[in-house]
Amino acid sequence: MSNLNSKIPAGSLKDKWTDYKNNIRLVNPANKRNIDVIVVGTGLAGGSAAATLAELGYNVKAFCYQDSPRRAHSIAAQGGINAAKNYQGDGDSTYRLFYDTIKGGDYRSREANVYRLAEVSANIIDQCVAQGVPFARDYGGLLDNRSFGGVLVSRTFYAKGQTGQQLLLGAYSAMNRQIAKGKIEMFNRHEMLDVVIIDGKARGIIARNLVTGEIQRHSAHAVVIASGGYGNVFFLSTNAMGSNATAAWKIHKKGAYFANPCYTQIHPTCIPVHGTQQSKLTLMSESLRNDGRIWVPKKLEDAKAVREGKLRPVDIKEEDRDYYLERRYPSFGNLVPRDVASRAAKERCDAGFGIVNNDTKEGVFLDFASAIQRYGKEQAHIKGIHNPSKEEIIALGEKVIESKYGNLFDMYTQITAENPYKTPMKIYPAVHYTMGGTWVDYNLMTTVPGLYSIGESNFSDHGANRLGASALMQGLADGYFVLPYTIGDYLADDIRTGKIPTNTPEFEEAEKGVKDTIHKLVNNKGKHSVDYFHKKLGLIMWNKVGMARTPEGLKEAITEIAALREEFWKDVRVPGDADELNQELEKAGRVADFLELGELFARDALERNESCGGHFREDFRTEDGEAKRDDENYTYVAAWEYTGKPSEAILHKEDLVFENVELKTRSYK
Amino acid sequence: MSTEKGLNITLKVWRQKNAQAKGQLDTYEMKDVSPNNSFLEMLDILNDDLINQGDNPVAFDHDCREGICGACSLHINGEPHGPGRNVTTCQLHMREFQDGETIYIEPFRAKAFPVIKDLIVDRSALDRIQHAGGYISVNTSGNTQDANAIPIEKENADKAFDAATCIGCGACVAACKNASASLFVSAKVSQFALLPQGQVEAKDRVLNMVKQAEAEGFGPCSNTGACEIECPKGISIENIARMNREFLSASLTK
Amino acid sequence: MSMENSKTSIFKKVLMALSGLFLLIFLLQHFIINFLSVINPDAFNDVSHFMGTNPLIQFIMQPILMLGVVLHLVMGVVIEQRNRAARPIKYAYNKPDKNSSWMSRNMIITGVMVILFLGLHFYDFWLPEIKTKFIDGDFSGKLAGAEGYRYFTELQHKFMSPVRIIIYCLAFVFLALHLLHGFQSAFQTVGLNHNKYTPTIKKIGNLYAVLIPLGFIFIAVFHFINASH
Repeated sequence: MSNLNSKIPAGSLKDKWTDYKNNIRLVNPANKRNIDVIVVGTGLAGGSAAATLAELGYNVKAFCYQDSPRRAHSIAAQGGINAAKNYQGDGDSTYRLFYDTIKGGDYRSREANVYRLAEVSANIIDQCVAQGVPFARDYGGLLDNRSFGGVLVSRTFYAKGQTGQQLLLGAYSAMNRQIAKGKIEMFNRHEMLDVVIIDGKARGIIARNLVTGEIQRHSAHAVVIASGGYGNVFFLSTNAMGSNATAAWKIHKKGAYFANPCYTQIHPTCIPVHGTQQSKLTLMSESLRNDGRIWVPKKLEDAKAVREGKLRPVDIKEEDRDYYLERRYPSFGNLVPRDVASRAAKERCDAGFGIVNNDTKEGVFLDFASAIQRYGKEQAHIKGIHNPSKEEIIALGEKVIESKYGNLFDMYTQITAENPYKTPMKIYPAVHYTMGGTWVDYNLMTTVPGLYSIGESNFSDHGANRLGASALMQGLADGYFVLPYTIGDYLADDIRTGKIPTNTPEFEEAEKGVKDTIHKLVNNKGKHSVDYFHKKLGLIMWNKVGMARTPEGLKEAITEIAALREEFWKDVRVPGDADELNQELEKAGRVADFLELGELFARDALERNESCGGHFREDFRTEDGEAKRDDENYTYVAAWEYTGKPSEAILHKEDLVFENVELKTRSYK
Repeated sequence: MSTEKGLNITLKVWRQKNAQAKGQLDTYEMKDVSPNNSFLEMLDILNDDLINQGDNPVAFDHDCREGICGACSLHINGEPHGPGRNVTTCQLHMREFQDGETIYIEPFRAKAFPVIKDLIVDRSALDRIQHAGGYISVNTSGNTQDANAIPIEKENADKAFDAATCIGCGACVAACKNASASLFVSAKVSQFALLPQGQVEAKDRVLNMVKQAEAEGFGPCSNTGACEIECPKGISIENIARMNREFLSASLTK
Repeated sequence: MSMENSKTSIFKKVLMALSGLFLLIFLLQHFIINFLSVINPDAFNDVSHFMGTNPLIQFIMQPILMLGVVLHLVMGVVIEQRNRAARPIKYAYNKPDKNSSWMSRNMIITGVMVILFLGLHFYDFWLPEIKTKFIDGDFSGKLAGAEGYRYFTELQHKFMSPVRIIIYCLAFVFLALHLLHGFQSAFQTVGLNHNKYTPTIKKIGNLYAVLIPLGFIFIAVFHFINASH
């Protein structure tokens, strides 16, 4: 029933990538000079791909909506990047990283892709160090590692809480070198608004210069989409304000299948929503769960009193606290994977134990008091202080906590005006990452020839749930080490094509479509601002397509989103003109796409009658409330084909074949 | 949290239709702004009001809203990124302001940062400085030596990291009385000068980046130290001294 | 070094810093000699005569000093122009005192005040010296018919005018302000910044910037009071 060919090479798991690379077609250096490649997005995936393709000799045109490639949202990743280096000698290996990632993804990803990811992970670290990325080091001058949720080894490389920033600046510097050489032509403050397909192949894009409003045609022999995820369909998320799905959605509408849209990562440790005027949610690094204990009051009346400000959390007695993660998952405790921790928080808050005084009463405590005590006593012992006073212990302990998480605590104080050393942090899950995305084969090519999708914008490696510190790994693996090889196999046919002209009917038509949409938006003169619709969409998504989904809720969501979309086109107001810098127009285009994507998202969630990873259906859970997977019927990738409307999208299934791991129930108890 | 009293404030905002237009400070009254709102959320509210009134919203750069992308700028009440220390504009909250206060919001001013619209300036000069040498010339083939082949003294690794935390927001330029980009340039020069991998091209790097900064129209450094006070990442002017050292020693042979 | 490198502001700032450091040494030496006039007028006369007639000082050190002053001045003006050119449109509302000292931002003002004072100073001492020595050809260091050297007497004579004393004192206030930033800034510009040494450099700089001008003021006031009695 499937017309999807994942093109996974034959052979044993560990030889597949090597053998494939050895047999892939190459383009000779002289011919590469005659081939143009467009890269949309300059985060870890796009930036590293643009730099590497240019280094190989292709002419690269790179696009980003930001004013500099360095500002892509990869920069905000805090925790770290995984690599199977086994520098700590704790038994890590390529296979273990592969296995953890497959298991963490709830057995909904491709074995071959994930193995390749684990295989090239070590190269990433070598590459980045050579580029001058200042990873954390120990006193011997060697690289340091830390541990992350859901795994049993220390394989995460980091640069304090700014790993994403440092890796992105590494990729950016590699780009700069090529920009200086003229091999990358950089288009800052440009947004791709459509892809141009000629004779079935991706041959260019239509872009808008966000400063002048000019609509431009750019041709190339291949187009690479690296535009990130679609978390902003929820309005409130940890994504950047500008993060959008437009590039990914436009290619979907031109024939690229969209896979697993319902797999969303809700990150458990974010600062709770404070009000309706909030624009953005802020993540507190997962590393905090190493020392923080998560709890809510045991008694409903205590939770109510805390919300009303009548009871301080520190005054709640130990026996009146419910450390629910430790209670439910004794072996992993507070370090269960993200999806599990998030759902557990929601379960408590739904039961009325939430402690934040906002509309939804959503929030739980992340408490460092025990850790402060533990570290304080340890320090007193190290310093030879006998019979330390309570105050001494607390002061010593707080120092240790400050050295480990000082910048995160400062950030928390800045936002909430509360001191997390003295009172527990308040946290709640928030939308963070989308595992779903454009369907790609082993070559990272979409269902449209010559059109590639890399990094978060594709669906490929994380299955239904992504482990911490794996997003950076995938972005750089795709951009530095996978795409530059696999794209050659396709471009080998294009060495005689010559420059693609932009004065063809296909470009004409795509440009006209873009201009018509812009014209419509600017001249609509409706009643409500773009944000009005975006916030409404966000609420539907969060309430009905969020952490726990029901068939009824999803059906309602589908109807409501379709209605909202109609209202949007009737009633949106976009001030200003098309031929100037117009931020409302930019937002309008993006929200218009989210209004379509959201519906497909809900449909996908409705269609997947199981719970797995980032997709949790209330009607598919075990007796003790855990996710209930259905391997028999749903071990497949859901790839959607656009046919004119999200409601009419056609589902294609790519069966996932597991030859090297055994499908087990994910247990962290 | 949400029970705190709202603030009434007066905004004086720089409005300028485009690069060619002449701009002016316009006045807006804001009522009952929650002190828990971030500064940019306050501007979101202003913009929503403006749109509903049929006016054009205020254009300003912003993206991550968590202090790391470097997109947000704004000269607020006479200081880049406002009165807070070690924070960007997006991390600034309204509780830092008083009820009844007048708040001036202007774009970053520098010859090298021309205004594009309202509060948005063109900071691509910073990118061009990076193009002139802000990299180590190593191919991204992955065929380098093992990451642990060269141990790096922790102190230098930490200092390189501290320099590398620059978010390229341009606050140093905005704060400097000479609109100098010295802190920005020196941060990149220092990051690589402190790492063995960066030594190979150190001389050309510092010479080229310094010259590019001057060609862009950034001013000289007067060592006032305003940049390090206003830098949201607390980057030290020790890096400027290091850049000058590197520049002088490179000049002796190049 | 290539011409290109010497066109940069860093290069010009380094020339500023080096000439400034040189002038700091000169100023210290000047102060020590002047201070002799307070504690030992004879020694002051002897040293002044040596300084005024020794060929090495007169024909090598003095031109170097002149060059230092001119270099410091010219570079100061060139850099000030670049400073101003870098921000053609000023902020409508600015609070520079939130992030930097008045001294650090106004070196051109304090510097111009010092150079204006230098004009008066040359008129008072240097020009008469040149006239006596090179136009009148009198290298004796003595007034006609007098016993000892003339330098101390001339000094006292100049400090009789209260207006001059006020101008001198004001000038030294400007010098102090100039040095409060200039001293440490010179070290920073030539690249000498190290968290082990910089705090000490800053302390010495502040002491120098306050004590030396204060000392000069003391000398001027001392002679004024003595002379008027």
